Amino acid sequence: MTVRVDRYRCGYCGACVGVCPNVAIELVETWIAVNDELCESCSICVKICPIGALEVVGG
Amino acid sequence: MIIKKRYDLVVVGAGPAGSSAAKRAAEAGFDVLLIEKRQEIGDPVRCAEGAGKRGIKRHIKPDPRWIAAEVRGSRVFAPDGTRLEISEEGSGVEVGYVLERKIFDRVLAEEAADAGADVMVKTLATGLIREDGRVAGILGRSLGRAVEVRAGLVVGADGVESMVGRWAGIETTLAPGDIETCAQFLLKGVEVDDYCEFYLSNRLAPGGYVWVFPKGDGMANVGIGVLGSRSESGMPIELLTRFVNKNFPSARVVEVVVGGVPVCGPIKRTIADGLMLVGDAARQSDPVTGGGILNALDAGVIAGDVAAESLEKGDVSREALKEYEERWREKIGASLARSLVVKERLVQLSDKDLNTLAHSIKDKDIARMGLFDLLSLLFKTNPRLLWSLRKLF
Ligand SMILES: Cc1cc2nc3c(=O)[nH]c(=O)nc-3n(C[C@H](O)[C@H](O)[C@H](O)COP(=O)(O)OP(=O)(O)OC[C@H]3O[C@@H](n4cnc5c(N)ncnc54)[C@H](O)[C@@H]3O)c2cc1C
Repeated sequence: MTVRVDRYRCGYCGACVGVCPNVAIELVETWIAVNDELCESCSICVKICPIGALEVVGG
Repeated sequence: MIIKKRYDLVVVGAGPAGSSAAKRAAEAGFDVLLIEKRQEIGDPVRCAEGAGKRGIKRHIKPDPRWIAAEVRGSRVFAPDGTRLEISEEGSGVEVGYVLERKIFDRVLAEEAADAGADVMVKTLATGLIREDGRVAGILGRSLGRAVEVRAGLVVGADGVESMVGRWAGIETTLAPGDIETCAQFLLKGVEVDDYCEFYLSNRLAPGGYVWVFPKGDGMANVGIGVLGSRSESGMPIELLTRFVNKNFPSARVVEVVVGGVPVCGPIKRTIADGLMLVGDAARQSDPVTGGGILNALDAGVIAGDVAAESLEKGDVSREALKEYEERWREKIGASLARSLVVKERLVQLSDKDLNTLAHSIKDKDIARMGLFDLLSLLFKTNPRLLWSLRKLF
């Protein structure tokens, strides 16, 4: 499982980066990079996203 | 422009915190590099752009290029519409500017450059160099190319998304209740006067508020902050859209802003061997208002001064950098801690409670009160509702 970013929706604000307990998300200029190996799909970032651009996916 | 292999100080992030730290250390004669990952400093904006006049003037001469509007006071609306007004100089911090951050942030970086700092954009820090157990520089990418820059000292001014602190083992992760998740529209074609407006209501903005800040020429920043622990995916933008459709149905949206503001209050540690954190990276924004520009500037100056002093002495150990920790806490620590106590209570209040508070002072002469006096009056009038604030007065 990991988190998928809807690039068309994302406003690359970095709020998700600040709340990720596993330091699995990074804001690289204008896109969000998720490290699948570190992500534990806790979905805190999904909840925090002001614009609804994140989603937990996979299994 | 070439980035040298070695600097006295490398500052990561060219927001208000990073630029002021870089400027200060460069003015003291040190070799400073200020890097910013974005290709344009200050853009996209992550801010409602309100700041007290006095605080801004402490740092920089006001310039119409980055002042969008001047405001005379604040209006706070309770959930039932009860209106409280605080105005003019009496309220001190509330009387202020609505800035044009895109220009303001750029000017601050230009000032760092004028002071002698090297400035480079589209340059991202990706990790830290460590030597003898201390931070000794940064790894990064500049215009896509790998770079390695050694430094006597590193300042992490990398905002809400800060990695620098966490790379150095400083815990800065925000719990959902420690962040306001925000959305804002810059609206054109609105009728607003020269007051900043705040709407408190759990229905409009759970654990946060809606703001309307005038920007001149029929424009306003209209935004919302929702406490992370009470939010759901996309809630801020949805609630904001609803508010705007209802209150400004004919306005046009000329800019969208999203962002998160730390509201955790002072964190335990903002230094490591060879490293200082400053601004949002150090979680120095105010837990009640979410304001962080002035604290970032204040702490940036302190970090720049301590950088210069410790480089001068040749001691950048955590022990030596305690000076920074002590000075910023002395300057803004108490007010952050106090704000945290107020925030923790505010976010628990129901709409009924908020109405009760507003009714209790609406006929009193509060127009010239500062935030602290207002809170003190609220406490005296409603000790039971605000009992947890008793130690503040
Ligand atoms: C919606 C919203 C409204 C707000 N309204 C107000 C307000 O009205 N008044 C107020 O005072 N405050 C407000 N704030 C808070 C204010 O914007 C911040 O507190 C302030 O910008 C903090 O300054 P800073 O320099 O610490 O961080 P920032 O301004 O965030 O600057 C950090 C910089 O570091 C860069 N960076 C990050 N990582 C790296 C890296 N790895 N390498 C290179 N560069 C990097 C970023 O791109 C960014 O430019 C608001 C915040 C939000 C989200």
